[in-house]
Amino acid sequence: MKALFTAAFAASALLAAGAMAQDGPTMKRIAETKTVTIGHRDASVPLSYIGQDGKAQGYSIDICLKIAEAAKEELKLDKLDIKFVSLTPQTRIPLLTAGTVDIICESSTHTLGRSRQISFLNTTFLTGSKLLVRKNSGIKRIEDMNGKILVAVLGTTNEKAAQVEVDKKGVKLKGDIVKVKDHTQAMLNLEQNRADAYVSDDVVLYGLASASKNPAEWEVVGPYFSYDPYGMMIARNNDDWRLVGNRAITKLIESGEMVAIYKKWFEPGPTKINLPLSDRLRENFQIIALPE
Amino acid sequence: MGAYNWNWPILLKEPYFGWIVSGFGNTCLIAVIAWAIAFPLGSAVGLARTTELPWLRLIGTAYVELFRNIPLLAQMFVWYYVVPELLPNDWSQWVKRDMPYPQFYTAVLCLGLYTASRVAEQVRSGIEAIPRGQRHAGLAMGLTPGQVYRYILLPVGYRTIIPPLTSDFLGVFKNSSLALTIGVLELTSQARQIEEYTFAAFEAFATATVLYCMVTGLVILIMRQVERRTRIAGTIALGAS
Repeated sequence: MKALFTAAFAASALLAAGAMAQDGPTMKRIAETKTVTIGHRDASVPLSYIGQDGKAQGYSIDICLKIAEAAKEELKLDKLDIKFVSLTPQTRIPLLTAGTVDIICESSTHTLGRSRQISFLNTTFLTGSKLLVRKNSGIKRIEDMNGKILVAVLGTTNEKAAQVEVDKKGVKLKGDIVKVKDHTQAMLNLEQNRADAYVSDDVVLYGLASASKNPAEWEVVGPYFSYDPYGMMIARNNDDWRLVGNRAITKLIESGEMVAIYKKWFEPGPTKINLPLSDRLRENFQIIALPE
Repeated sequence: MGAYNWNWPILLKEPYFGWIVSGFGNTCLIAVIAWAIAFPLGSAVGLARTTELPWLRLIGTAYVELFRNIPLLAQMFVWYYVVPELLPNDWSQWVKRDMPYPQFYTAVLCLGLYTASRVAEQVRSGIEAIPRGQRHAGLAMGLTPGQVYRYILLPVGYRTIIPPLTSDFLGVFKNSSLALTIGVLELTSQARQIEEYTFAAFEAFATATVLYCMVTGLVILIMRQVERRTRIAGTIALGAS
């Protein structure tokens, strides 16, 4: 019996050694379980959301499926299963650090503060703070917000940026920025005239406007007053896994697939968001397509 | 958990420290004001359910069933998003745009009215636990119904229900976290905000948990004192809460 165990142990050790020389826990886990677990959001349209068929989908998900494929090749696995786990902003960090999910594919801004806890792949989407207003409101930029009410989702980078911008430009809002729980509630505040403008990433605002009862009623205004680069999130201390991810992203860009994925989801995309590929994002793709 | 990067000192940095302090303050303020609404209102409704007047009992029962049976979260939404739409136009505009801290007052009102339905049930059960003979004896001695309540039923009834009332008082503190769904920056929502800014999820929520435990622990201590001081010798054992 003991001999059997020893033999089995030796064989598995040999197999593992043959497959890879890895330094991060995530790649090791992927190799052992032959599964990549992708964390996604329910309603970050069209980056990461649950479609009408009940499956996770979106721009970020498509990119992550390619990264998973790259991991399969890198580890020379005969098969690789994909598992999806739905996350909220409150559960994503614990689940990532605990190893429940291997990669989070949604719409998170890459910040230095957040990088203390987790690690980001190269930027695959660029957006920034703008305002969603009624077309007849006369608001064209944040300077027009004197005496008006501004709403933001609690804890977002947009809320932070809006506060800085309001202070800098000396705008006298009516009261403090109203903070709500999610996009839906922010939109409800606008629709009920509780607020005059909603500050968020422009991709979110275009998505909300296109999904509203009367899309013609709304417009997204203002120059960007913050830049929000989105990236996939992985656990820290996983240099090999990050390399697999960034290399897969580079290959997608070089092969032109990245632009195709973008067009599939944004021009106009299944949710009719109609957000053409910006020059900035195109340039970003060129920059992060690192030489081999 | 090996990959988690503990960072406790960040909670002492501004603005995060200030957020926790203000969140904790808001939580306590919401709970105390809501309780100040719930206790008298709940007592009145509970009393109404024990009177001999059918219409008063009907009102009391309707109130309790309405507020007790609808989830608190749904009530928050109704008070904040639906009720202002039903008001006349001027009032609606005032509530939505000119009233200071609309989220805060809406949350306090909602939580107060909800908790009142629970207090009402405690008060009713406290009074009904007293043998009916006492009420009749009081009336037979020539006391008015008001005097029966004032001198016989309420003094004993309130003493009996101190332990379950303590639970409802604690409930107000814990339920106040639902105020975050309509945008009140109380303790839980500030913890969330810190988590969003720093990703220090465990530190922020652990701190919030400890603060909740501290304030509820304090409430328990105070209520025990109240129970001990108001005890009638030989009638009520000191609660095991």
